[in-house]
Amino acid sequence: MDLAEGDFMDFIELDDVEKVFDVRRKTGRLRRGKHQVRAVDGISFRVARGEMVGYIGPNGAGKSTTIKMLTGILTPSGGRLRVAGIDPSRERTRLAKRIGVVFGQRTTLWWDLPLKDSYRLVHRMYRIPDKRFRENLDRCVELLDLAELLEVPVRQLSLGQRMRGDIAAALLHDPEVLYLDEPTIGLDVISKAKVRDFLRDLNTERATTVLLTTHDLTDIEQLCKRVMVIDHGRLMYDGALAGLHEVGESERTLVVDLECELPPIVLDSARTVKVEGPRQWLAFPASQSAAPLVAALADAYPLVDLSVREPDIEAVIAKMYAERPGM
Amino acid sequence: MADALLSGLRAYGLIAGMWIRSTMAYRASFVMTVLGNFAVTSFDFITILLMFSHVDALGGYTLGEIAFLYGASGTAFGLADLVMGSMNRLGRRVRDGTLDTLLVRPVPVLAQVAADQFALRRLGRITQGLLVFGYGVLVLDIEWTPLRVMLVPLMLLSGAAIFSALYVAGAAFQFWAQDASEVQNSFTYGGNTLLQYPPTLFAKDLVRGVTFVVPLAFVNWLPALYVLGRPYPLDLPQWLAFLPPVVAAVCCWLAALAWRVGLRSYRSTGS
Repeated sequence: MDLAEGDFMDFIELDDVEKVFDVRRKTGRLRRGKHQVRAVDGISFRVARGEMVGYIGPNGAGKSTTIKMLTGILTPSGGRLRVAGIDPSRERTRLAKRIGVVFGQRTTLWWDLPLKDSYRLVHRMYRIPDKRFRENLDRCVELLDLAELLEVPVRQLSLGQRMRGDIAAALLHDPEVLYLDEPTIGLDVISKAKVRDFLRDLNTERATTVLLTTHDLTDIEQLCKRVMVIDHGRLMYDGALAGLHEVGESERTLVVDLECELPPIVLDSARTVKVEGPRQWLAFPASQSAAPLVAALADAYPLVDLSVREPDIEAVIAKMYAERPGM
Repeated sequence: MADALLSGLRAYGLIAGMWIRSTMAYRASFVMTVLGNFAVTSFDFITILLMFSHVDALGGYTLGEIAFLYGASGTAFGLADLVMGSMNRLGRRVRDGTLDTLLVRPVPVLAQVAADQFALRRLGRITQGLLVFGYGVLVLDIEWTPLRVMLVPLMLLSGAAIFSALYVAGAAFQFWAQDASEVQNSFTYGGNTLLQYPPTLFAKDLVRGVTFVVPLAFVNWLPALYVLGRPYPLDLPQWLAFLPPVVAAVCCWLAALAWRVGLRSYRSTGS
């Protein structure tokens, strides 16, 4: 027990964590070549108790590998890793009682049984005291809108309903940290909103630490103050979402509807990127206010309507990668 | 260690219970598969009956004696198949990544994999094995001594444990070779088929192999031949007939070791 050493503010600690895989490939009929893949290549970060962090990056960047090391599924090849003061790979089952995991594409619910049966299994498997189980279940049922679904066999649930069911299953034992792998993948707009509301609530009311990987950047925009970007097994960015825009020198777009078709608008503070009939698209730096630009436009052009589009973070990240070649 | 065992048994019970409830969601289909399973395994013994309509003995053994061997092996294998049969799905779980969902739970992974898809329909095989065994005991004129009586349950349970160990060891192997469930099947299903016939039918080298290398002979051959008062084709001391519990314990220990090594390797390589 090295609790004394661990400052409790740092709930998750990674110091120079590495994961190297030996990949064997067939090079001949029987011969196999061996080469190493550094899926996680020296990552260090701290997550405080109660933080909600987005963990993003392209496919194969090392996101899942990191999560698997944090949950104790995989043993790191190097570096130091602690969750709640526990070394996950050495004390996997002890840690399991304190963490919740939701794999977006793999349900842990029982396909042919009513939803509530899956919860009963969690109740007994995690040895949750009856009273606490009831309270937690009631709370999840209320906030995730599950009351109607408890008696329904899981196979009859929609994807969004099942995801809500899975999230509830991961929270019945009061985990201190929740790992979510693509929690909104494939969900419709309403389901996404429900899931996000619930997570926000969970984080503020229970101070549950949440680490979430996602391809849907709206998840991050709406939920996480802090975002970490990983690529090629390395941490490329760790900070506020707003800062990510600066790093990537992103641009916002002003969409302008004019009274009639005109030649491309010429302004100092923006550049026209597209013209389509009376509609024109103007790009300007994300760090700059739109107000002076709109004022300048209104003075010089016959405006009908306009709207501002926030930068696409995916594009920002892509740009960030492009600026660091040779990795 | 004892804690892990208890926690594993408890988890096994919980998960198996869930699967039983799941199958009961399709009750008619459950009844059909139990009957089907029973019928398929029954046909198996019918081929032996057909053989005996042409010959009086097989490898020097009468129909009753073969029923005794067949039933003993079938029951032991049936028990192992009921409890551990799902182990050969491990490779699939590794390949599709669903093993990871088991690793984040606070109960032993072995118990979770073993209890996965727990199917009471496998009782069909045990029933058939016991019936054939009972038939053998009835038609044979065995000189029952206390030692022989005691040896029968010991033989069936130790045999089940030996087959279970093979299931676990085979699953452990699938951590490295995910499509190796056929290798495992050749030892479990194949072993069962082999043991249903008397050892006198097989080449000495094969008999040596299943006595000393993969100790299948301890499932039924050695103890059953003692009960039947038959000599074992290899020149071995008679007390070996009482060794099945020891052999089973060693097999289980080795299988558990292989499982640990396999799981550790999976967790360090992820494939």
